[in-house]
Amino acid sequence: MNPTFLPWLITITCLLIVASAFTFVISSSRTRNEDYDDIVKRSYKFRKIFFIVFLLGGIIITSLTMKNLPYDAHAKVSGDVIKVNATGHQWYWDIDKTHFIVGQPVIFNVTSADVNHGFGIYNDKLTLLNQTQAMPGYINKLVHTFDKPGKYKILCLEYCGLSHHAMVAELTVTEQ
Amino acid sequence: MNTPIQSRKDITPAAKNTLLIYLSTTLAVLLLMMVFGAVLRAGQAQIINLDLTLFYKLMTLHGAGMVGISGLGSAAVMWYFLSKYIKLSTGILIANLVFFLLGVVLILGAILIGDFAAGWTFLYPLPVKSMNIWSIESAATYLFGLLFIGVGFLLLYLDIGLALIKSYGGLSRSLGWHCLFGNSKEFPPATVVASTMVLIINTLGILVGAVVLIISLINAFYPAFQPDALLVKSLIFFFGHVFINAAIYMAVIAVYEILPTYTNRPWKVNKIFLAAWSFSTLMVLAVVPHHMLMDFNVPTWLATIGQIGSYISGIPVLIITVYGALTIVYKSGIRWDLAAGLLFMSMYGWASGVIPAIVDATIHVNTVMHNTQWVPGHFHFYLLLGVLPMIFGFMLHITKKPSNENTMNNSDKASLFIYLFAGVGFVMAFLYSGKNSVPRRWGVHLDEWLATDQVATVFAVLIIIAFFVIASKFFLRLPNLLRH
Ligand code: HEM
Ligand SMILES: [Cu+2]
Repeated sequence: MNPTFLPWLITITCLLIVASAFTFVISSSRTRNEDYDDIVKRSYKFRKIFFIVFLLGGIIITSLTMKNLPYDAHAKVSGDVIKVNATGHQWYWDIDKTHFIVGQPVIFNVTSADVNHGFGIYNDKLTLLNQTQAMPGYINKLVHTFDKPGKYKILCLEYCGLSHHAMVAELTVTEQ
Repeated sequence: MNTPIQSRKDITPAAKNTLLIYLSTTLAVLLLMMVFGAVLRAGQAQIINLDLTLFYKLMTLHGAGMVGISGLGSAAVMWYFLSKYIKLSTGILIANLVFFLLGVVLILGAILIGDFAAGWTFLYPLPVKSMNIWSIESAATYLFGLLFIGVGFLLLYLDIGLALIKSYGGLSRSLGWHCLFGNSKEFPPATVVASTMVLIINTLGILVGAVVLIISLINAFYPAFQPDALLVKSLIFFFGHVFINAAIYMAVIAVYEILPTYTNRPWKVNKIFLAAWSFSTLMVLAVVPHHMLMDFNVPTWLATIGQIGSYISGIPVLIITVYGALTIVYKSGIRWDLAAGLLFMSMYGWASGVIPAIVDATIHVNTVMHNTQWVPGHFHFYLLLGVLPMIFGFMLHITKKPSNENTMNNSDKASLFIYLFAGVGFVMAFLYSGKNSVPRRWGVHLDEWLATDQVATVFAVLIIIAFFVIASKFFLRLPNLLRH
C-alpha cells in the first residue's frame, strides 16, 4: 500500500465530518429556537463526548505511532549494514554508492556542503518512501531498506536556490 | 443610519481612516499576491512558460507578502475591537503602517530589482549562498525589510500591552486567571483574552525573529561569523510559526464580536473559554518542533513534544471557537448576509485546515509528507479559507449600513459560493499532490503531476474572480466613509 494512503483516508474522512457538521448547522439556521440555554446545555453534553472521543483517539494513535521512530534507527539496525555518505551541493547529489541490494539495510549519512537540502527517497512510481534533511555542519543518519528491485530517485526536498528542482540522483536496486 | 465604524465615538476619525487604509492595503496586496500565486500554479502546470528565476522570485514574494499582509489585516481586526475596551494610540497604529510599508518597499526592491529568491523563510545560509544569482546586498535589503515590519508590530504590541496592564492590572488578569483560578466573576471580554494571548506569543515570536534577522545580517556582512544552521532554522521556524498563528488568533476576534450580533445570542466567556486560551498560549509555542521532525539531530523528546503537542493543541481551537460558532448559529433564525457567510466560512476553513496539519505532525506521516505540497495544502486551507474570510467578513460588516433585512443579492451569493467552492478545490489539489509525493517549492513539475496542477490553476483563477467581487464591495463603500 502507498504509505500516504492511510493519512489521506483519515484526512478525507475527518474533512467530510467537519463539512457535514457545518452543512447540518447551516440547514438548521433559518428557524429560530428561543430557548438558547437549552441548546447550549445539549451542545455542551455533546461537546463532552466529542472531547473524550478526541482524547481517546489521540492517545491510541500516539501509542501506535510513537514506536520505531527514525531518529535512533541507525543505532538499532543490525545485520549486514551498508554505510553510504550522501552530500547535497548546489545543485547535485554526491553519493558514495548508488547500487544496492534488496533487503539489505542502508545507513545514509546525509549532510550538505553548502545550504540546506532535503534527501527524499522516491521509488519508480515517484512515491516518496523516506526522507531526512541535509544540513551543513550536521550528519543525519537515515536508515532505509529497499524492499523491491528497480530504479529509485533522490529528490531534493528543501528549497536550495534556483535549480532546486534539478537536484535529482538515481539509485539502482537489484535482487543480488 | 451610520455604519458600525462610523458610529464608533470612542476612537478618533484619524484612527478610523487609518483602519480603512489598513484594510484597503490588505485587499490591494492580497489581489497582487493572489495573481502571483496563480502565476506560480500556472507555471507548475506548464500552462504558461514561466522563467524559473521569476518563479522562485515570485514564490518568495508570494510567501512574504501573504504572511505579512495577513498580519496587517488581522491587526486591523484586533485593534478595531480591542479599542472598545482599552485606550490605544492612533499614532502607534499609524507608525505600524508606516514601518510596514517601508518594509514592503525594501522587500519588493530586494526581490524584483535585486533578484533575491531565497524563499520567504530566508533559511540560513541560502540568502548569502545563491551561486551569484543575487547579491549580499539584496539579501540584506530583504532582511532589513522584514526587520522593519517586525519593529512596527513590536511598537503596536508595546502600546497594547501597556494599555492592557493599565486597564486590567496585569496580563494574568486580562487572560482571566483571577476567574480561572479564583472565584472572581468579572470575566474579561473574549477580545481582551484573545488579544492578550496574541500579545504574549507574537511579542516573543517577533523578538526571536528580530534576533535571527540580526544574526543573518551580521553573517552577511562578516562571513567569518558563522552561526549554527540548526539553531538558526529553529529560530526562523519559531518566528514564522508564531507570526502566522498570531494572525489567525487576531482575526478570529471578528467571529467573537460579530457573529453574536447576527444571531442575537451572546458569546459567553466562561472558565472553559479562559482555560482554552491560556492553554493555547502555551501550545502554540510548544508545537514549533513539528516543523523540524525531519531534522534527526533535534533531540527525540522535542520531536515527541512536536507530535503530541500538535494533537492536543487542536482541541481548544476546535472545541471552543469552532464548536462555539456552530452552537451560536444552530437554530438561531440568522439572516445571512455576505459578512456573516464569510465569517461562518472562516470557521469551516480553520477547522478543516487543522486536520491535515495534525495528520502531518505525526512523525511517521511526516516522513512521507514533509515538504510535499501537503504542506501548502493545509496552510492554504486555514489561511485562504480561514483568516481571509475572517478579515473580509469584518471589513464588510463594519462598513455596512445596519438594516433589519440582512440579505444577500445574487452577486453576494455567487461570490461567496465560488470563493468557497474554488477555494476548497484549490487546497484539495495541493493535498492530493501531497498525497502523490509532489515536492513543494518546485518550479518544474514532472509530467505525472501536471493534470492536478492544471485543475488547481483553474480554481485559482475562480478564487481571484470571487475575491475581486468581494473586495469591490468594500472599495465602493470606501469614498463615502473616508469623506465623513
Ligand atoms: C488565489 C490564491 C492563492 C494561490 C493561487 C496561491 C498559490 C500558491 C502556490 C502555487 C504556492 C507554491 C506551492 C509550492 O510550494 O509548490 C504557494 C505558496 C505559499 N502561499 Fe499561496 N496561494 C494563494 C493564496 C495564499 C494565501 C491567502 C496565503 C496566506 C495568507 C498564501 C500563503 C502562501 C505561503 C506562505 C506559501 C509558501 C511559500 C514558500 O514555500 O516559500 N497563499 N501559494
Ligand atoms: Cu533543493
